[in-house]
Amino acid sequence: MPINLWHENRVLGDFVQELEKKVVKIIKKKKANFPESFIQDITEAAKRHELTDKELTELVGQIKKAYERAKVEDGEAVGTVAAQSVGEPGTQMTMRTFHYAGVAELNVTLGLPRLIEIVDARKKISTPTMAIFFEEEFRSDEEFVRKMANKIGKSTMKDIIKDFNINYAEMNVIVELNLEKIEDKRLDYDDIIARIEKAFKRVHIDNNILSFEPTTSNIRELRLLADKIRDLQISGVKNIGKVVIRKEEEEWVIHTEGSNLGTVLKMEGIDKVRTTTNDIHEIEKVLGIEAARNAIIHEAQRTMEEQGLTVDVRHIMLVADMMTADGKVKSIGRHGISGEKASVLARASFEETGKHLLRASIRGEIDHLTGIIENIIIGQPIPLGTGSVGVVMKQKK
Amino acid sequence: MKRDILKHEMVPDHVILSKSKVNKLLKDKNIHAEQLPKIKIDDPVVKEIGAKSGDVLEITRKSATAGKFVTYRLVVE
Repeated sequence: MPINLWHENRVLGDFVQELEKKVVKIIKKKKANFPESFIQDITEAAKRHELTDKELTELVGQIKKAYERAKVEDGEAVGTVAAQSVGEPGTQMTMRTFHYAGVAELNVTLGLPRLIEIVDARKKISTPTMAIFFEEEFRSDEEFVRKMANKIGKSTMKDIIKDFNINYAEMNVIVELNLEKIEDKRLDYDDIIARIEKAFKRVHIDNNILSFEPTTSNIRELRLLADKIRDLQISGVKNIGKVVIRKEEEEWVIHTEGSNLGTVLKMEGIDKVRTTTNDIHEIEKVLGIEAARNAIIHEAQRTMEEQGLTVDVRHIMLVADMMTADGKVKSIGRHGISGEKASVLARASFEETGKHLLRASIRGEIDHLTGIIENIIIGQPIPLGTGSVGVVMKQKK
Repeated sequence: MKRDILKHEMVPDHVILSKSKVNKLLKDKNIHAEQLPKIKIDDPVVKEIGAKSGDVLEITRKSATAGKFVTYRLVVE
């Protein structure tokens, strides 16, 4: 960049900072409590339209009015609105495809089944998958990425044998390793041998020719041994199966079938900032509850958007907040939020009516009738909107 | 190798609040500490920053709607 342009940019930067300070000052004077994004937007607008101080003050005043008006009123049924706002587009989802061939060769659950998985906070999701990124120096290093892919992805003996023979006469299994394939997969020969020796006690190793003997000499044992040899895992991270390497905008990314965030993040060369998984419980375990909240929002929104539906993030944020408020990820529904309501009548009206009523009667639970559902059941005005406030007359002394 | 989970893009900043700041916060919002959202003591972030049970964490999230949003969580067993 030429010096004078650089200088100009710096002056412009100073100018924007100066303007932002002014905007903050005016906002303070107007006693408005704006979020950060507003301050930036106002500064941007002031710069673009070259607003005078008077105009700026007027603008802030008008925005304050509009902002206060747009705020959710006390007593508003935000949960119900969120449920409707997510539920209505959900009805359109069912009509479309259930499974979708997602990233290249990997199949990822999408659509309504995925959305249900998210709000139910399933422990075992049907298609866990990871997106693994690399540190800056390795981003365009194909060789390194391929090596990592083979380290992470699952390989079994099947993948590296040239010749496989079951010798019934001598009661042993002769295996010839394919050294080219080992080379091609960037695996370590010594490492493979070590794993084989660990898994099989009776094995004779002569360079790339291995002969295995069963513990007891009968044909059944021999066949079982043959299967065991073929399926022996020689590399890969636990719980991760197939991997797909793709180039995305000038950098190599590994997508996996199966997920193990904790182990992958410990590996060398992995981008510890962006590498992620779609398994929310795993994120909670490895990165904590706040990351899990972000993951819920991200996954739910991505699922909706992929189907061409847009839901305001605020609704999804509310759902995510409720799911993570206790410090652990908890499902909506019977075993989570709806099942933990304080009121017996509210719980009974949702699911498992008999169970809740019976238990409440055994324990002698008291319902204080403070919620919406309880009051609808007994036919009273509900504490919602204007119903959530009462009028009291001030007595004259 | 130690993994730096605090640097991950999904993990917002967690800061332990001092006693006086906690008192001011609770007074401003007119609530008890138990009414705050919780965070478990065995949460990886809590372990990393060394917070203790009963501490209040100030969490500065990146928000899609507000740009930046500050919230609080109480550390519980």
